[in-house]
Amino acid sequence: MSKLDSKIPAGPIKDKWTNHKNNINLVNPANKRLIDVIVVGTGLAGGAAAASLAEMGYNVKAFAYQDSPRRAHSIAAQGGINAAKNYQNDGDSTYRLFYDTVKGGDYRAREANVYRLAEVSASIIDQCVAQGVPFARDYGGLLDNRSFGGVLVSRTFYAKGQTGQQLLLGAYSAMNRQIAKGKIAMYNRHEMLDVVLVDGKARGIIARDLITGKIERHSAHAVVIATGGYGNVFFLSTNAMGSNVTAAWKIHKKGAYFANPCYTQIHPTCIPRSGDHQSKLTLMSESLRNDGRIWVPKHMKDVEAIRKGTLKPTQLAEGDRDYYLERRYPAFGNLVPRDVASRAAKERCDAGYGVNATGEAVYLDFAAAYVRYGKEKAHITGLHNPSDEKILELGRAVIESKYGNLFQMYEKIVDENPYMTPMMIYPAVHYTMGGIWVDYNLQTTIPGCYAAGEANFSDHGANRLGASALMQGLADGYFVLPYTIGDYLANEIRTGAIPTDSPEFDAAEKNVTDTITKMMNIKGTKSVDHFHKRLGKIMWNNVGMARNIKGLKEAMAEIQQIRKEFWSDLRIPGTANSMNAELEKAGRVADFLELGELFAKDALDRNESCGGHFREESQTEEGEALRNDNDYAYVSAWEYKGEPADAILHKEELTFNDIELKQRSYK
Amino acid sequence: MSSNNDMNLLLKIWRQPDAQTKGELVDYNVTGISPDSSFLEMLDVLNEQLVTKGEDPVVFDHDCREGICGMCSLFINGEAHGPGKSITTCQLHMRSFKDGDTIYIEPFRATAMPVIKDLVVDRTSMEKIQQAGGYVSINTSGNTQDANALPIPKADADAAFDAATCIGCGACIATCKNASAMLFLSAKVSQFALLPQGKVEGAERVKNMVRVMDEEGFGNCTNTGACEVECPKGISLDNIARMNREYLSASLAD
Ligand SMILES: Cc1cc2nc3c(=O)[nH]c(=O)nc-3n(C[C@H](O)[C@H](O)[C@H](O)COP(=O)(O)OP(=O)(O)OC[C@H]3O[C@@H](n4cnc5c(N)ncnc54)[C@H](O)[C@@H]3O)c2cc1C
Ligand code: SF4
Ligand code: FES
Repeated sequence: MSKLDSKIPAGPIKDKWTNHKNNINLVNPANKRLIDVIVVGTGLAGGAAAASLAEMGYNVKAFAYQDSPRRAHSIAAQGGINAAKNYQNDGDSTYRLFYDTVKGGDYRAREANVYRLAEVSASIIDQCVAQGVPFARDYGGLLDNRSFGGVLVSRTFYAKGQTGQQLLLGAYSAMNRQIAKGKIAMYNRHEMLDVVLVDGKARGIIARDLITGKIERHSAHAVVIATGGYGNVFFLSTNAMGSNVTAAWKIHKKGAYFANPCYTQIHPTCIPRSGDHQSKLTLMSESLRNDGRIWVPKHMKDVEAIRKGTLKPTQLAEGDRDYYLERRYPAFGNLVPRDVASRAAKERCDAGYGVNATGEAVYLDFAAAYVRYGKEKAHITGLHNPSDEKILELGRAVIESKYGNLFQMYEKIVDENPYMTPMMIYPAVHYTMGGIWVDYNLQTTIPGCYAAGEANFSDHGANRLGASALMQGLADGYFVLPYTIGDYLANEIRTGAIPTDSPEFDAAEKNVTDTITKMMNIKGTKSVDHFHKRLGKIMWNNVGMARNIKGLKEAMAEIQQIRKEFWSDLRIPGTANSMNAELEKAGRVADFLELGELFAKDALDRNESCGGHFREESQTEEGEALRNDNDYAYVSAWEYKGEPADAILHKEELTFNDIELKQRSYK
Repeated sequence: MSSNNDMNLLLKIWRQPDAQTKGELVDYNVTGISPDSSFLEMLDVLNEQLVTKGEDPVVFDHDCREGICGMCSLFINGEAHGPGKSITTCQLHMRSFKDGDTIYIEPFRATAMPVIKDLVVDRTSMEKIQQAGGYVSINTSGNTQDANALPIPKADADAAFDAATCIGCGACIATCKNASAMLFLSAKVSQFALLPQGKVEGAERVKNMVRVMDEEGFGNCTNTGACEVECPKGISLDNIARMNREYLSASLAD
């Protein structure tokens, strides 16, 4: 008996969502007042869900570990949000967005979910504009679009390089309206440490007040997990320092299946590491690849001279440069999808052509764009025979108007002027497509427990297209969950308030306090970061951009070993009943140490290459990823059985009725 | 990786166990700091040393470490977010300091933002201001009109965006000698005042937000302009002027 019923509604794909909404159980407004919902996480997914559920009349309790909902990591998204509005009249449609997303995800996503995402995408933009989100506009006062991630239409809405910030502040404002009305009780600086099941249903959570250290019980008729992605299992990533898997992992341990943990997006354009002190990595928006060309020197002697500082990249003749993406992928060139661009950078750096001291950097060069835009500008402004210098100056100004804030960010971090010398970039862990398995209603395998946003696995298959995570988070929170959760809650109107003095709450709280006490009492010699860095290193080397059977087995064994040492040699100063940042980190790293092993196990099981998952055993003669649809067209959903190594695999077979399965090619 | 550019520093850090106990500056020496590391990475190095010695590490707020979440704070050598224009503490790099420097590190201070522990302060009062009116009263039903049905002049949209980039860090409040929250409040009022969607409830919004600001114990604005100088996002004083106009016309309408 597999619990994996995806509950995809019957009927043609374009009618599924409408029909489903028409057939779903509703809760009448008076009864909604009798129902409590817990939303853990206040990013785009959780913030939107909390606001919407409260507007509908449910009593919402929302939780975040930061001191305000506005600080969730969604705030850091730069580039934009997709929506099939077709404002540019370039042939976009719901179907095309659906198709691009399924193809971009390398045919490992569930068609019905992706179609619904594309279908509601347009409403997101309407909603956000109504809330006062200041999207970029053209001179006619209409919304502007940019293109993103190598798709053939311009469907990305944006607010300079701060789209995530503006969208999150929109959701935050909607939350504030409900907080003011008393319909949302907001618990800032609170961390969820366990879920409470009563009669097999999710009935509440155990949370720690991060200021006082107090362990609290909170009950509800349903629990929504919207706690973001788990990229920090790699220690270094573009995620915020506090981003974690804890909430997702705790529900996994209580029965929620974890899907496709190995699907990770490694983003090609991030600022390279500068040294051992590095605590996180910074993304440079993908939009830069629209104008930048990526290269390394052709000859080793030039690489060495550049590293020594005796040769400047700008001095290297055109013919001595290897524009490797343009060489390998003439059709898409610098605009190949993220996974392809990242692997190609790694290939060159592994071969020794990296251009900085660590050997892990390639150039992103805007010189050609300066000239192209400069000439264009000179032409428009009627400047005849401009000097080369003048052209460069004009071109740089155009680039500044497009990407000024990104160039500035780069300069602040690297201390080099990217207008005068090419940027250095290297791939970094950025996003996790895997996550908690959910059905069409976004319900996990625990009744009454839902997962939304990056925390679930639902829409991006094995690779996510740029500007689609913001879309998914808001779609889940504003337009999907508020409907689908009603179907479940319709049966809860007679339940009454859930007491928190039950044996189930007692046991869950005891579990949490025991774990904390155990951690505090190890009194070993090593800091949390020591273990986290070791875990990150093994994940990056063996479970990163290229994976093979030997490396994955080693990783599993090594992670077990690190876990053992963690539980015997960890040192956490201070006490558990006060603010204690080390204790917070320790709890998160303890969970990463378990997830990491399952992650490697999942990568081991999937002996094919798809999207962000590249198995060296499964590649073409030219070294391109080779998917295997006969054996692996399934979602891997893992059931917890004690040790991560003992997890049981359940397969949700993926069927493609509306899109033909094809090997991706960007040649 | 250590190089001969590495720095040794004397840190004077505010330590305070909790809100009730009095705090004090404590001296710490850190060695081998790379000029390429960020200020918070320098504090990570210090904390790693403290943990290894079994001492309580210094608690400070941070999350995104790229200048956008507004979580990090810190008064560094008497300046909110330290030296350097238009940056947050997490964007400050050690190359802004010299080997042998003494650095004072203190929390943001204001009556309405009490210390929780060490360098961490309570910004709940800022949340309350937003809850008092920092929104457009529209439900998330999805039945709103088409986004392009109402064109908005680009200049207005851009100005609204500029105001909306406030990250809610509280540097303006910590810098102000009156601990006024005017820049922070005016940024939100301005964003909505510049957009047709926000105009509808403009009068109510500004009155409610100002009332809560006063109730929460923030000081009055005396136009010193210190806030604008220290704001990492370049939120302009023009917003305060706009807000004052909004407030005046809202009060006159009463
Ligand atoms: C630098 C960067 C740039 C990006 N740019 C883009 C882009 O341009 N376009 C795009 O579409 N996507 C982009 N993404 C991806 C996108 O931003 C994220 O996938 C998305 O915002 C995740 O939203 P979320 O609501 O699922 O989670 P988050 O925004 O991460 O929110 C998680 C929430 O959960 C809370 N939380 C976590 N754990 C706990 C716990 N145990 N207890 C209580 N609360 C907890 C946190 O406090 C927070 O409120 C970017 C990502 C990064 C890192
Ligand atoms: S106005 Fe500036 S200083 Fe004040 S909270 Fe906003 S971003 Fe921070
Ligand atoms: S840590 Fe996010 S702004 Fe500094």
